[in-house]
Amino acid sequence: MSSSYQARFKVWRGDTGGGDLTDFTVEVNEGEVVLDIIHRLQATQAPDLAVRWNCKAGKCGSCSAEINGRPRLMCMTRMSVFDREETITVTPLRAFPVVRDLVTDVGFNYDKARQVPSFVPPEGLLPGEYRMMQEDVDRAQEFRKCIECFLCQDTCHVVRDHEENKPAFAGPRFLMRVAELDMHPLDAAADTGLDRKRTAQDEHGLGYCNITKCCTEVCPEGIKITDNALIPLKERAVDRKYDPLVWLGSKIRRRSSAG
Amino acid sequence: MATGTDPQTNSDTSSATRSGGVRAGTRAAIAAPHLRTDRWWLAPAVTAAGLLAFIVYSTWRAFANEYYYAAPYVSPFYSPCLAENCAPMHAGPNWEILGGWWGLSPALIILIFPLGFRLTCYYYRKAYYRGFWASPPACAVAEPHKKYTGETRFPLVLQNIHRYFFYAAVLVAGILTYDTVLAFRDENYRWGHMGLGTLVFLLNIVLIWAYTLSCHSCRHIVGGKLKHFSRHPVRYRMWQFVGRLNARHMLLAWTSLVSVALADFYVYLVASGAFDDPRFF
Repeated sequence: MSSSYQARFKVWRGDTGGGDLTDFTVEVNEGEVVLDIIHRLQATQAPDLAVRWNCKAGKCGSCSAEINGRPRLMCMTRMSVFDREETITVTPLRAFPVVRDLVTDVGFNYDKARQVPSFVPPEGLLPGEYRMMQEDVDRAQEFRKCIECFLCQDTCHVVRDHEENKPAFAGPRFLMRVAELDMHPLDAAADTGLDRKRTAQDEHGLGYCNITKCCTEVCPEGIKITDNALIPLKERAVDRKYDPLVWLGSKIRRRSSAG
Repeated sequence: MATGTDPQTNSDTSSATRSGGVRAGTRAAIAAPHLRTDRWWLAPAVTAAGLLAFIVYSTWRAFANEYYYAAPYVSPFYSPCLAENCAPMHAGPNWEILGGWWGLSPALIILIFPLGFRLTCYYYRKAYYRGFWASPPACAVAEPHKKYTGETRFPLVLQNIHRYFFYAAVLVAGILTYDTVLAFRDENYRWGHMGLGTLVFLLNIVLIWAYTLSCHSCRHIVGGKLKHFSRHPVRYRMWQFVGRLNARHMLLAWTSLVSVALADFYVYLVASGAFDDPRFF
């Protein structure tokens, strides 16, 4: 079988004023990924095709798009996973406002990032004096693998299918950030009166999550967002808001859950 | 913007609160609710069919109120038996806490707890939200509902009591373990015997415990709630153990669901005389 072939593509082209899927037939060579094909389209047939990309290595999170309806990184989607006869559809992320062609305005995510209070340094320790045991930071380090591609935010039906929920719901990426900070062994937010468990539910919309795991399914870094961040965070919120025994225990024993 | 790529109408703040999904507002104008070309409908369809089959079977057996005891085996659907109208089970789980006023099948009393445990289970929630409620039917497939409030309001906010059903499920699993020990008797209640039913019960109880201990609430309680694992090495090890089980929570949810139905059906076959329990010794 020849290593090169002509593939059929449908690429969404347009802007907020409207747009449509445009047909292309384009050469594909062995070992190429979808982003290579988009670049070939730019070079040969559609020089004004807008696409956001950077590292071509699955580490910058720029080239997020929807390929055959599935949120994926274009640079990490090999052409070899598709049949040669298949027509491949590439669209921009459908949860965010489109800017042009394959580029969307992901500002929603930066707004949500700013709403999560940052790490609170422990009193009496200067930068450079922090000492943590590996087992205490394992959980947070998994979440730090995030490359901010926002595929999880894009696929989450809470905001994807319900624009009206965007003000109330931070989305899986930023609930994972809250979980990371709440699990951080040196975060001193509680000492300043900031209860991350409670605010996860009250201010970041954790209750909207119905743990259907799409965020985990699309994560290109393989982070177990639902099992390791969202569900543990839900359980922590239950400690604060819905479990009378834990509440009673914390009153009687006069301790926090900072154990 | 320096690059001249300012969003054209995205600064329209009204879009932030406007209702709608992937086909609305300032998003890319694509009429189709999804563009997936794979068989995305298969998983939710199979899930819904499997759960529906179990619901039909367990409803029939829970209301049947017969053929649930064939010495030495008691159906897991009827254990423990908390009403007076239970079949007498020699040294078995007859605890007539509710007395004689209960006239319906005694299974209906005890099944509330495992039912509640599975209904509020984080895996089953995913399964039925996708399979029955299409919220969403599959990833990146538009859901049909106009409004969505998730688990923020009654009744779904009650999903947060999952850990209390976990406590109850541990008790029920303990009683089913006792029933499994009783299955090492023969039909005349003499110890040191074993039949095919004993194997079925053993398989079932192993899967029931594995499913119960793999629960996300269990993972939180044994250690997940801690901030410093290094200060609690025993709880850290327990958390790691539960975490390994938890990674297979879906598999254990399904296998234990099938095994509990299988154990009940085995007792039904033996009690109704349709099948003779082969005795090994």
